[in-house]
Amino acid sequence: MTPAIEVDNATVHYGAVQALDRASLTLNRGTVCALVGMNGSGKSTLFKTIMGLIKPDTGTVKVNGLDPQLARRQAAIGYVPQNEAVDWNFPISVRDVVMTGRYGSMGWMRRARKVDHAAVDAALERVGLTSHAERQIGQLSGGQKKRTFVARCLAQKTNIMLLDEPFAGVDKRSEGTITTLLREVAAEGGSVLISTHDLHALPDLADEAILLMTRVLMHGKPETVLRPENLALAFGLDPMKRGGK
Amino acid sequence: MNLIELIAEPLGYTFMVRALAVTVIAAVLCAVLSCWLVLIGWSLMGDAVSHAVLPGVVLAYIFGAPFALGAIVFGLLAVALIGGLRDTSRVKEDAAIGIVFTTLFAFGLVLISVTPSHLDLNHILFGNLLGVSAADLWQVLALGAVTFVILVLKRKDFTLYAFDPTHAHALGMNPRLIGAVLLGLLAMTSVVALQAVGVILVVAMLIIPGATAYLLTDRFGRMLVYAPALAAGAGIMGVYVSYYLDASTGGMVVLAQGVLFLLVYLFSPQQGLVAKAVRFRARQKAIAATR
Repeated sequence: MTPAIEVDNATVHYGAVQALDRASLTLNRGTVCALVGMNGSGKSTLFKTIMGLIKPDTGTVKVNGLDPQLARRQAAIGYVPQNEAVDWNFPISVRDVVMTGRYGSMGWMRRARKVDHAAVDAALERVGLTSHAERQIGQLSGGQKKRTFVARCLAQKTNIMLLDEPFAGVDKRSEGTITTLLREVAAEGGSVLISTHDLHALPDLADEAILLMTRVLMHGKPETVLRPENLALAFGLDPMKRGGK
Repeated sequence: MNLIELIAEPLGYTFMVRALAVTVIAAVLCAVLSCWLVLIGWSLMGDAVSHAVLPGVVLAYIFGAPFALGAIVFGLLAVALIGGLRDTSRVKEDAAIGIVFTTLFAFGLVLISVTPSHLDLNHILFGNLLGVSAADLWQVLALGAVTFVILVLKRKDFTLYAFDPTHAHALGMNPRLIGAVLLGLLAMTSVVALQAVGVILVVAMLIIPGATAYLLTDRFGRMLVYAPALAAGAGIMGVYVSYYLDASTGGMVVLAQGVLFLLVYLFSPQQGLVAKAVRFRARQKAIAATR
């Protein structure tokens, strides 16, 4: 079976700055994978490369075995943006945001059909936002905001989900709901890639973790990746030295 | 003189009927477009494009081409130049906008000055509502109708582009193309509104109605109704007041929109200053009562 995402030897530069350095990774079906690294470690760049927003200088990216530009025509990737990337004052309701997940399969006027309304209702139900469907998105709690965008992915009926810092500013209960949901998505054969700072939640959430520092330092079980000596590699701490004092 | 006479008297003059028609068409079109401009944060871009179409309009006049064509070419040229300047130098976007649109506008002024023509600079700068010819009216109507239909039919794509271009990209849409189409429509709209209020005040009609509606509702769909309704109302009011006060028509139309914005800013039920102050005091009282 083709892996959901294959990044092979991808290098990306912004001017003179190297954002990704020969990064390679494979994300299989039915896996939740966490992307761990400092700010500036290339997490966002990796996301953009996978989504086809950036073309790598060298190396290749395949989504469902296809070039990202072809994969996006099939609306193959669902994307949950980080908080800062969303205009929460935008005059749009929760339901309307979730409905935009259906646009890829609608006609040129984006008229919602019965099947679209049904998919949106089901997605809202699943993330527990049915009673909040008509609210403007700024009137939600941090966790509800995230769940709105997760619902958009569900409505999109994609089997690849990219989430950028989904637990930033989210209360414990919503974090639990989202974690359960992502586990269910993986159990149904979906693939989930999450960038996160929230290290303590990783073992419950993810099957695999990737340590990124422009290069892929390590790709393995969360328990292995989270060992202090390994985290030190990614975050530039040196626990051995500290221990020696 | 009773109210009906007050309303009916100006309608006895063809030039007033045409002025009202052009005002309503321009106001509605600008208002619909302004809903997206305000949300994307393209107010300055609206200003830039509406000024930059000037040389395009003059050149179209010289070569006998349709005004709309010249306007679109120069509107998009301005956008391309602004983007290019921003991306290839350390000059920031606001400075790039300032450089490009003033230069193109100046180019237009120079072209007018050396062209022996009937183009009246004052009319282009400040509009010429009272001198609208039948041909002008038809052109405004045709151009306005085409632009309006595209805006309404593709409104969901424009709204998604304004809200989340990354998601639009992930769905296989082309956000750059959507943005370019919207800017092309902005150039066409500028030509329509130019007739009404002139190059300098077009930007007012491209920003004020959307901003006013934004303070009135949390639903984009309703913004698309409120903005043109308010803009058309203010426009008609402006034309009438200018008739009776013998004041600048274009100026009065924009002034009316500005006053309407001020009223909404103060008295909007949710976002208005007064409502906010009342809610704040109620909360203070509630807190005091629990002590």
